Amino acid sequence: MKITLKVWRQKSKDTKGEFKTYQHDHVSSDMSFLEMMDVLNTELIKKGEDPIHFDHDCREGICGMCSMYINGQPHGPLQTTTCQLHMRSFKDGETITVEPWRAQAFPVIRDLVVDRTAFDRIQQVGGYISVNTGGVPDANSIPIAKKIADEAFDAAACIGCGACVAACKNASAMLFVSAKVSQFALLPQGHAERKERVEKMVNQMDAEGFGSCTNTSACEAECPKGISVANIARMNREYFSAMISSYEVKVGGGE
Amino acid sequence: MKLESKTPEGPLAEKWTKHKFNLKLVNPANKRKYEVIVVGTGLAGASAAASLAELGYNVKSFCFQDSPRRAHSIAAQGGINAAKNYQNDGDSVYRLFYDTVKGGDYRSREANVYRLAEVSVNIIDQCVAQGVPFAREYGGLLANRSFGGAQVSRTFYARGQTGQQLLLGAYSALNRQIANGKVKVYNRTEMLDLVVVDGKARGIVTRDLVTGKIEAHSAHAVLLCTGGYGNVFYLSTNAKGSNVTAAWRAHKKGALFGNPCFTQIHPTCIPVSGDHQSKLTLMSESLRNDGRVWVPKIAHKGLKAKEAASIPEADRDYFLERKYPSFGNLVPRDVASRNGKMVCDEGRGVGATGLAVFLDFADAIKRDGHDVISAKYGNLFDMYKQITGDDPYKMPMMIFPAVHYTMGGLWVDYNLMTNVPGLYALGEANFSDHGANRLGASALMQGLADGYFVIPYTVGDYLAHIGWNDKVSTDHPAFKEAIEAVNSRTQKLLSIKGKKTVDELHRELGLTMWEYCGMSRNAEGLKTAKKKIQEIKNEFWQNVNVLGGANELNSELEKAGRVADFIELGELMVEDALMRSESCGGHFREESQTPEGEALRKDDDFAFVSAWEYKGEGQAEEMHKEELKFEYVKLTQRSYK
Repeated sequence: MKITLKVWRQKSKDTKGEFKTYQHDHVSSDMSFLEMMDVLNTELIKKGEDPIHFDHDCREGICGMCSMYINGQPHGPLQTTTCQLHMRSFKDGETITVEPWRAQAFPVIRDLVVDRTAFDRIQQVGGYISVNTGGVPDANSIPIAKKIADEAFDAAACIGCGACVAACKNASAMLFVSAKVSQFALLPQGHAERKERVEKMVNQMDAEGFGSCTNTSACEAECPKGISVANIARMNREYFSAMISSYEVKVGGGE
Repeated sequence: MKLESKTPEGPLAEKWTKHKFNLKLVNPANKRKYEVIVVGTGLAGASAAASLAELGYNVKSFCFQDSPRRAHSIAAQGGINAAKNYQNDGDSVYRLFYDTVKGGDYRSREANVYRLAEVSVNIIDQCVAQGVPFAREYGGLLANRSFGGAQVSRTFYARGQTGQQLLLGAYSALNRQIANGKVKVYNRTEMLDLVVVDGKARGIVTRDLVTGKIEAHSAHAVLLCTGGYGNVFYLSTNAKGSNVTAAWRAHKKGALFGNPCFTQIHPTCIPVSGDHQSKLTLMSESLRNDGRVWVPKIAHKGLKAKEAASIPEADRDYFLERKYPSFGNLVPRDVASRNGKMVCDEGRGVGATGLAVFLDFADAIKRDGHDVISAKYGNLFDMYKQITGDDPYKMPMMIFPAVHYTMGGLWVDYNLMTNVPGLYALGEANFSDHGANRLGASALMQGLADGYFVIPYTVGDYLAHIGWNDKVSTDHPAFKEAIEAVNSRTQKLLSIKGKKTVDELHRELGLTMWEYCGMSRNAEGLKTAKKKIQEIKNEFWQNVNVLGGANELNSELEKAGRVADFIELGELMVEDALMRSESCGGHFREESQTPEGEALRKDDDFAFVSAWEYKGEGQAEEMHKEELKFEYVKLTQRSYK
């Protein structure tokens, strides 16, 4: 296959970026998208040009490190991670546009690499059950109905890649945050801190500069793990019920 | 140097309890005066950092990924073992211990393995309390399955992403301590050297991968939880970033490296599709429960999966069923892997590269129906189709073995401390509990056992003994020296400006290791490998091309440093493999086989851990032995006929 790539190049956070066009003549339909990028990078290095930087690690669709918009869609045309996308999904001779996630809360570090530590900070304010190591009850002393356990699992399947934010016209992080909130709200172990958790996490989400949700469900459509927008409804319910019972929570600050 | 395992005296079942009582405690008010560095945020690293912070120690945690949650433990699919005996099918701590020692082909330390089995039950309790969504039965209690040929159902699982769910549990505990101010996380930061002063580990030198800034961090103790070194083979099921650098730098600063040649090859991976291949994807070995492995009796070059149906039944060789009638397709990982490679070496492999065998579900689908097979393996079939474009419901899968796990690692004593005081190694980074072969679903168990339930006790003992005053500041000349060494190495890598990319040289190293130091080895081949690696090393330092600068995000520079360390590790692995002229666990030494061609272990000569000591640039490493004594488990030869 032969393809043309239009790739966003940006040396660092503070420099101006631009699209550069590359002709790529050595593409096999069996390559993953990232392998196609590897081969292009090898060619660039041979020519003495800086390789294109992109985040990646496990390359089996679970670590959530790979990102990029491909032809305007987060992770490209299939509902997978970029590492699981293969070149057979593209046509010979096609021009493919590759960009970093665009969101105020995800600043560009270099080329296609963005800073997603906002997600970490949201979880640090409450995305956990406060138990220390040791001194916990026997695992089977907390029976959980299979239906509830399965629903919690569906929410827990989120890989934290940020495609939901990238897919949203407002760069909202509601799908991500609601998946975390849902997992712990559904499980009995999470009930003790239920109200405080949702308030803190939502406040931190707002402080990080993510946009608002307008229920277009673009996030669900692009989520590589199929996280449902039903989680957003659940989080809203949790949040309002927490507010009514007036927990006082300070607003956290982003970086 | 005499290696002391520090295994406590007394009956096996009482050792850990007794030892915990004998360990010195740190006064609660003094814990805040201690600092501990934890490198790596996988199951071992995240659980250790969180648990130590909960106790009151100040922890600095480092990972090279953009978030601690992305460490490669996340990718584990299958499950985690625990001797809960929830299924009332005869499991016990002793049985899990016994199975693990036997599965490791009698090359692990009995006392460590017993402790692992003992704390396995606490791990499940801990994870459930954190909100890890394990699979459950309709009654609301936890589900179990039998895994990797075990006779009891002791494996807990969370669909095909047990690793992710366990890691998210440990990561959430870590997050809580970050919020409490007890842990400071340095993400996108790589450890590039260990600092040793007066014989004790005192800190590390790191590089900020975004800005390139080199920094020194001092602490009372350093924990390496940095995973395995499977990427020495270039292609493996490891993440692209997984590397040996932290462990290797520690090795060069005096820490012994244990059993480096013990690697595990997984039989069911998706085969290589071409030179562009960057990593290998594992397909769960549960597929062998219903899939039949075969190749044509006579070589058919380039046979595609969609043409498999054209080979009549009589012309197919179901080689595992033929050679191992009682276990058939369910022989252990090493046996399946070796036989798969063997038929390919005979030229009977299938697919474009000839490096693959068929895993055929046609009979199972005929017997059980499409829906039953889909319920069991649907997600795996989808994943396979996604990657290869072939539909396993209509044609056989193609599989080939790939490097999956490394049992070798830094040598540690019973306290998980290396021979360098104050330096610990946890999880896959140490050599300890899996001997020469790891059983399925026990890697996750070990990582969390080390981090949650072993290190909080043992590190406390060390800290109590040295006292909080015994700390070296980063102004010490040893830190300055280490920083200079790191800087000059970086400058050297950038200044070579040769013709080959880092990946090209890495691939050459990987091919050499796979060919000569993989699952089947012989002395002649290993000697060839030694020569070839030397050539690759020379070429690397004269002809590698690393573009860009030191003070920016530079992925080529990161890779170059890691590959330079892999090359040196490769040399040591070959040396270790050459020394160990027996077949055992995950590897087959061709000179050591039974008349039927099966692996022959030599307990009289090789029932020991090899622990290698770095002796300086260009010098041969010196081997030390830790003899293994088996008081409880009877040594037998494995047979799967």
